[in-house]
Order: sequence, then structure tokens, then C-alpha cells
Amino acid sequence: MWTWFHKLASPPHFFRISEKMVPWFGISGLLIIAWGTWHGLFVAPPDYQQGDAFRIIYVHVPSAYLSMAAYMTMALAAGIGLIWRIKLSHAVAAAAAPIGAWFTFLALATGMIWGRPMWGTWWEWGDPRLTSELLMLFLYFGYMALRAAISDVKKADNASGVLALVGAVNIPIIHYSVEWWSSLHQGATILREDGPAMPPEMLTPLLFNIAGFTLLFGALLLIRVRTGVIYREHRKMWVKNLIQRGEL
Amino acid sequence: MKPRQQRMLAVGLVAIGIGIGVALTLTAFEENMMFFIDISDVNEGKYPANRNFRVGGLVVEGSVERETGALEIQFDLTDLNTELTVIYSGILPDLFREGQGIVAHGRLGTDGRFIADEVLAKHDEKYMPPEVAESLKQYRPAVAPETDMEAKQP
Repeated sequence: MWTWFHKLASPPHFFRISEKMVPWFGISGLLIIAWGTWHGLFVAPPDYQQGDAFRIIYVHVPSAYLSMAAYMTMALAAGIGLIWRIKLSHAVAAAAAPIGAWFTFLALATGMIWGRPMWGTWWEWGDPRLTSELLMLFLYFGYMALRAAISDVKKADNASGVLALVGAVNIPIIHYSVEWWSSLHQGATILREDGPAMPPEMLTPLLFNIAGFTLLFGALLLIRVRTGVIYREHRKMWVKNLIQRGEL
Repeated sequence: MKPRQQRMLAVGLVAIGIGIGVALTLTAFEENMMFFIDISDVNEGKYPANRNFRVGGLVVEGSVERETGALEIQFDLTDLNTELTVIYSGILPDLFREGQGIVAHGRLGTDGRFIADEVLAKHDEKYMPPEVAESLKQYRPAVAPETDMEAKQP
């Protein structure tokens, strides 16, 4: 088990394995999203209060979940990279940031589109859930800007890694904001003590889309890490060999 | 201590330090972090005097009064303890209906009524098909949610 992980941390080994993983993650993710979205938009019944407008949940909730999951991936990878000095780990952190930022943007945009007719406003600065999610978008931007500002890869890894770890404190704030404070945003529907407050015919497509988005995130992350690894190792023998053999 | 363990300790201490710092800050800002103020607090005089603020509560069933042809609307808000009358002139969100949770932004008038310049509907975390809501209302009226799909528009 541990040797498998140790081997995976070696860039050439990761490069070989990940090539086979990308299509599995990507294709299965897209198929699951197709099923979930079809059932969410056309099969699930309308909501008793929101009518058809609730269906934006099938994009909003998976995006919001992944905006946080991507941040956790980034912070964990940065932390592992800082402590064990694993280059691949830093490459994972760097690769996760732009994908996470896009999911954050999607979550905010779909939330605003829904909020205008349902709440009566596009945006509320006083709402802790909205504000902390927006803060996460800026944390992603800050992380990416810091990386881009430092040309030395090692220094960029360390500086941005610390920022990613510090910003991780925002994750529990986003998650619990609707419980700790009175907010405009509603509380959790799925993760409740008395079970999901949603019937199975609405919930199943949502769970499918959450799983599909996660697989798609895995595929996108792997593609970006592969590019990052090649960039970091472009002077190494194994990359040169790949190029000579025409495999790159 | 090995360098790796030193780094582990450093990362751990920084994380714990920031966590405590943020927790203390959030506790200190607790009052300001509230998106709205409870009606009981407003009626006890616990609200900011010189600026506008938000109140949140449920719209009391049967309390919505609207003059025909006018946007002016008056309704009572309750936190199931005390009530507050709100007057508002403007377009209401789709989810505004009797029994629904709403948040109103404005100030307390001299007559004790809340003059709102913005009314937001607060959605709850429950989702269900209309038929289920309808049968809930039929068989267990006490727990049934408001099923009126038509917003009360003039």
C-alpha cells in the first residue's frame, strides 16, 4: 500500500499511470452527468414552491460542493508537499486551483440567477454563506496570482502552499455559515440528522451529478497535473526519452 | 527532531494558531454577522437606532393587506413569540406568501411599524413535488407547508 503511494509520487511513474486513468474518470464522469442532468431536468417532479426553477440545483449544488472539495484537495496537497517535500504534491495543488476557481464561479453564478427571482435579489453582502464563498474565489485568485508572480518553482510552491493552508480555515466557515448565523441562504438539504429533506426522485439525479462532477474534476485535475509535471521535469532524462520516442 | 517533523510541527502550529484567531474574531463579530435580527429582539428595543437593519420572520397567515391597484402592502411578521407589522411598497419575490419566512430591510417607524425598503424571501431546505405537498395539507394540515403555487400578485 505505502510502496504504491511512494511509487506514485515519482513523476515518471505517475505520468504512465495517469495516462490510463484520465479517460476512465472523464468518460464515466460525463456519462453520469448526462444521466443525472437528463433526469434532473426532465424526469424529476417540479418543486411545490419553486416550480421548475429549483432545477438549477442540479448544477449549483455539485459546483458548490466541488468548489470546496477542490480547495481541500489543493490545501491537503500543498500541506503534504510542504512537509514531505514532494514535488508532485505541489503540482497537484497548483493544478487544482483554476478548476476550483471555475467551480466557485459556477456556484456563485447559478446561485445569483436563482436568487434574483426566488429571494428577490442577485446578491446580499450581509449573507455569510455568499460572502465566504466569494472570499474563497478571491483565495483561489490570490493563490494563482502568487504562483504566477514567483518565477522560481520551488519558492512559488512554498509561498503559495502556505497561502492555501491559511485559506483552508474558510472551508468550515462556508459549510457551517448557514447553521452558525441567521442567513438568507437555506440550510443543508442532504446532510441532515433526520435524513435528506428531498424525495428520492429529486435526490437521485442530484447525487448522480455530484458523483459525475467529482469524476470530471478528477479527470481535469489529472490532465493539468500531467502538464505541470512535464513543465517541472522538462530537463530530466525521462521526459527527454519520451520526446525522443515520440510519445510526447 | 528531524527536519520533516519540524516542518510538520510548524505547519500544524500555524494551522492551529490561525484557527484560534479566526474563531475568536468570529465570536467577537457574532452580532454583526447576523444577517437579520429576530422580531423579539426588535420588540425589546435591541436594534441599531441610527441605521437601517433587517428583520426576519414568518409572514402571519391572513395578515397580508393590499390595496387594489397599488403596490403598497402591509403584513405581520412573527417569530412565533411576538409580532411586528411591516409596510412595504414594491415588487415582492416569487417565494413571498403567507406562512413563508422572509427578511425585510428598513427601519422602525415612529408608529411602531417597520417601514421596509426591501423584502427578500427566505427559502427553506425542504423540496417536494406539488402532489406530495397537497396530500400533506389534506391529511395532516398542521404540518403542511403552504401549497399556493400562485404568488399573491395584484
